[in-house]
Amino acid sequence: MKELWQLFIIFCRIGGFTFGGGYAMLPMIQKEIVEKRNWATDEEMLDYYAIGQSTPGIIAVNTATFIGYKRKGIIGAIVATAGMVFPSLVIITLIAAFFRNFQDYSIVRHAFSGIRVAVAVLILNAIIKMWKNSVKDWKGIIAFCGAFVVTAFTNVSPIIVIVASAALGIIINIKRIEAK
Amino acid sequence: MIYILLFFEFFKIGLFAVGGGLATIPFLQDLSDKTGWFTSQELVDMIAISESTPGPIGINIATYVGFKTAGIPGGAIAVTGIVTPSIIVIVLIAHYYMKFSEKPLVKSAFYGLRPAVVGLIGAAGFEVVKISLLNIDKFLETQTFTDLVNVKSLILFAVILFLSNKYKKHPIVYLVLAAIVGIMFKL
Repeated sequence: MKELWQLFIIFCRIGGFTFGGGYAMLPMIQKEIVEKRNWATDEEMLDYYAIGQSTPGIIAVNTATFIGYKRKGIIGAIVATAGMVFPSLVIITLIAAFFRNFQDYSIVRHAFSGIRVAVAVLILNAIIKMWKNSVKDWKGIIAFCGAFVVTAFTNVSPIIVIVASAALGIIINIKRIEAK
Repeated sequence: MIYILLFFEFFKIGLFAVGGGLATIPFLQDLSDKTGWFTSQELVDMIAISESTPGPIGINIATYVGFKTAGIPGGAIAVTGIVTPSIIVIVLIAHYYMKFSEKPLVKSAFYGLRPAVVGLIGAAGFEVVKISLLNIDKFLETQTFTDLVNVKSLILFAVILFLSNKYKKHPIVYLVLAAIVGIMFKL
């Protein structure tokens, strides 16, 4: 029971401070789940992201569900997801009920310009850490650069990048792993 | 009755929108045309607000549309609808992932995946850096190089980069700090 409550609270905190989509919550997840609690490794986080990106649904929710399931089974999955969406429910309902044109208030716009800069820094830090843990050889560097360039400069869907890199991983590596 | 419809419509969106919150928008456009629950102009406003509030964008939009359509229970029901397919699909996948993650085939697939996912996240980060530090529209208009970089943002970027690597505090600390600086210096 205590751990379920903890799951709920942690994901509330992550949901309440995720600004701008699934990737923006990576630094929060890294801090709360990987560093503070050792509930998953950086590599596992990347696996969850790959799965969350290429399955139906919202990436942030998929990741929360995954971690919740790993900790406490199906109940854990539901509780973590409930935590993730709870702040949105409260905040959006309040704004929808009481504010008109919330996004036009200058204080909101200035706060958000600041927050976006912090999000950029936090994602950059997260990427550097992830890079150190997962890009281990020249093949990794090629996969990283390929995925980056394709996603940043073309309209190719991330799902195609994921499927292609998984296929390449299998082709390049399976003999070596089987030989062990 | 509207509750059941709302649940069902958002369940469908959760099931078919692959790749995150913004992927739900075409489905919502369709829902607006089909049901008349909200207009496309309202949808545009709802997206703008969902992007400028904390929380996953897809969940924010679902809450907003649900609330507009059927009040507070509507918001909760729309969100329940959109996350239910995720919970079912991910629980199934998580079950097999834990069972098979040491198998050579799965291991080598993730060997290729991990650096590529870092690349995907890198591209998302690049996009945020571009939006927060550069004024590309203004630069194209004036063709003056000094208009390209948003100097105040760049300074804040450097300060937070330094602080976050030196003190390694919780990300929330830097988010709050940046919001305050943004308001004080009219970023």
